[in-house]
Amino acid sequence: MSQDTLFDKVWDLHKVSTLPGGSDQIFIGLHLIHEVTSPQAFGALKDKNLKVKFPERTVATVDHIVPTDNQSRPFKDNLAEQMIETLENNCLEHKIRFFNIGSGNQGIVHVVAPELGLTQPGMSIACGDSHTSTHGAFGSIAFGIGTSQVRDVLASQTLAMNKLKVRQIWCDNKLSKGVYAKDLVLHIINKLGVKAGVGFAYEFAGPAIQELSMEERMTICNMSIEGGARCGYINPDEKTFSYIQNKLCAPKDGHWDKALKWWKSLKSDENSIFDDVIKLDASKVEPTVTWGITPGQSISINQQIPLLDNLSPNDRLVAKEAYEYMSFKPGQLIKNTPVDVCFIGSCTNGRISDLRVAAKVLKDKKVSKNVKAFVVPGSEKVAHEAKKEGIDQIFKDSGFQWREPGCSMCLAMNSDKLIGNQVSASSSNRNFKGRQGSPNGRTLLMSPAMVAAAAINGKVSDVRELIH
Amino acid sequence: MKIEFKPPIGKISNINGQCISLIGNDIDTDRIIPARFLKCVNFDSLGESVFEDDRKTLKGKHPFDLEENKNASILIVNSNFGCGSSREHAPQALMRWGIKAIIGESFADIFYSNCIAIGIPCFTLSKNLIEAIQNHCDNQFLFLEIDLKKSLAKSTDLNFNLEIKESSRKMFLSGEWDGTLTLLENENLIESKFTQLPYIKFNTNLI
Repeated sequence: MSQDTLFDKVWDLHKVSTLPGGSDQIFIGLHLIHEVTSPQAFGALKDKNLKVKFPERTVATVDHIVPTDNQSRPFKDNLAEQMIETLENNCLEHKIRFFNIGSGNQGIVHVVAPELGLTQPGMSIACGDSHTSTHGAFGSIAFGIGTSQVRDVLASQTLAMNKLKVRQIWCDNKLSKGVYAKDLVLHIINKLGVKAGVGFAYEFAGPAIQELSMEERMTICNMSIEGGARCGYINPDEKTFSYIQNKLCAPKDGHWDKALKWWKSLKSDENSIFDDVIKLDASKVEPTVTWGITPGQSISINQQIPLLDNLSPNDRLVAKEAYEYMSFKPGQLIKNTPVDVCFIGSCTNGRISDLRVAAKVLKDKKVSKNVKAFVVPGSEKVAHEAKKEGIDQIFKDSGFQWREPGCSMCLAMNSDKLIGNQVSASSSNRNFKGRQGSPNGRTLLMSPAMVAAAAINGKVSDVRELIH
Repeated sequence: MKIEFKPPIGKISNINGQCISLIGNDIDTDRIIPARFLKCVNFDSLGESVFEDDRKTLKGKHPFDLEENKNASILIVNSNFGCGSSREHAPQALMRWGIKAIIGESFADIFYSNCIAIGIPCFTLSKNLIEAIQNHCDNQFLFLEIDLKKSLAKSTDLNFNLEIKESSRKMFLSGEWDGTLTLLENENLIESKFTQLPYIKFNTNLI
């Protein structure tokens, strides 16, 4: 059992009681909600005649269903309009702060909370979305939950949970040029497998992790869940603190020093005990692309799609399904695979640094005429900053469509969808069957820079060949 | 499709029903209920859309479309079932189709919590046993009587122990799986925890 890790410390701090069944009751310091997983929770509160216990500890935004072309109200899609209205009404009724479209602070919930300074070290955070693990980048412990648990947090500000084990993933050295946080996390998931994290929190540590910016750290923690880990985190450091400073909801004035002092005490002790430790060499990671139907089915840009015989027996069933669904042959190179759609966005890679990296690749270049390419900023703030820096213009000049903020084609709950069996090069987090809106659409996950490279060449490319 | 849906309430100690086998590792919640069906403000109509895309692809041959499975209620799955999105819509859709318990090699964490929170016990068994049960289901009807008190499953010619987290088992037996009120019993402790947390004091501008 782990001891003296950041996870242990933050968990113990938030433990309210041991429940009769033996689970821990954990206080949730920050609760984030959005339009998809909250309406039934509010409905259940009403049915049980319960109130929201600490309305000031819940913050809402709208992201999954928002259109990215025309956001004028009412939305063209009646169901989407009904969902945003329900959230508006619930927030109004229960006095919950809501960052709506046009507020200047709307966006993907996991982009918005950090950029507002809501996400802070040492907090326990929950949201009805699996990518809540993103917030662990700040040294918080953050969990995705379902709607019944959203109800429980609204009603009691607590959750019944079993404590997770802790696995440290130690990343030595540093990433090489043209290799990004997305490549590293895809590599980690490939090495460990998509279910290795079940029952675990992942602590990402080591020189390669320390070297990463806060936004890159968010990309890593964001995809913990793709490796099966409900929670992923990084010990906070000076980069963490300076990212938070001066944000809208950051501690101010005299409170800042107190916060800083406490935050600095929050990290895994040098002699802390982990349930498991994995070490890897980040300098060996290359631009990585998924070829299959799980985020673990990835290879380096110059590798071949694995042969069945080279996979472990446990991976063969899903591999066979993937060859068929993706129409790939074992042994085929992933490089030069033609792509139809290029998507940059999502809570994994829709932040300003992601857009900067992609824009650098796209500058003075044109998107291939066979490709539909679009970029969806992660939030209104990201969009605003991009416009200020002229990044939107670089995207537009290259042939990318510049859209309004939201989750968009990461999960295709709005009208941004693949058609038929189109192949998408996507900076998002999931390549599941049908994930991007077409039941036979095919998704290749990669870094935003690699998506930009694929857009220019109309096929999967090694971005390192374009940035020299 | 079952005609009438009644959500489980209170203590759950026995589940009896016919098994339905669904073969595949890493079956994610997007497959269980594709995202387009999440555009709803209640769960009522999800049962008919469970595995919608997989079922269309298999043109009537998906286990959830086979006539012999129409009354099944115990789902037998392989490894990492329910991975991906946290959408509770996935177990809600399964439940509304008629699933009352799931037995698998392993489950994704969030999916598992969601199942517990809505009253679907999830049991684990070894890979070999799961495959043996799935083979059995392919050839003939398999009815199981699951006894949560003893963590035991019985049929006419099979008898085996099921594994389930002890905390989950206790919650089903006591009825505390529907846990909001249990959590609220500790209201005083919750309030004192709130005042003790260091960051509550220095986040004066959260709202």
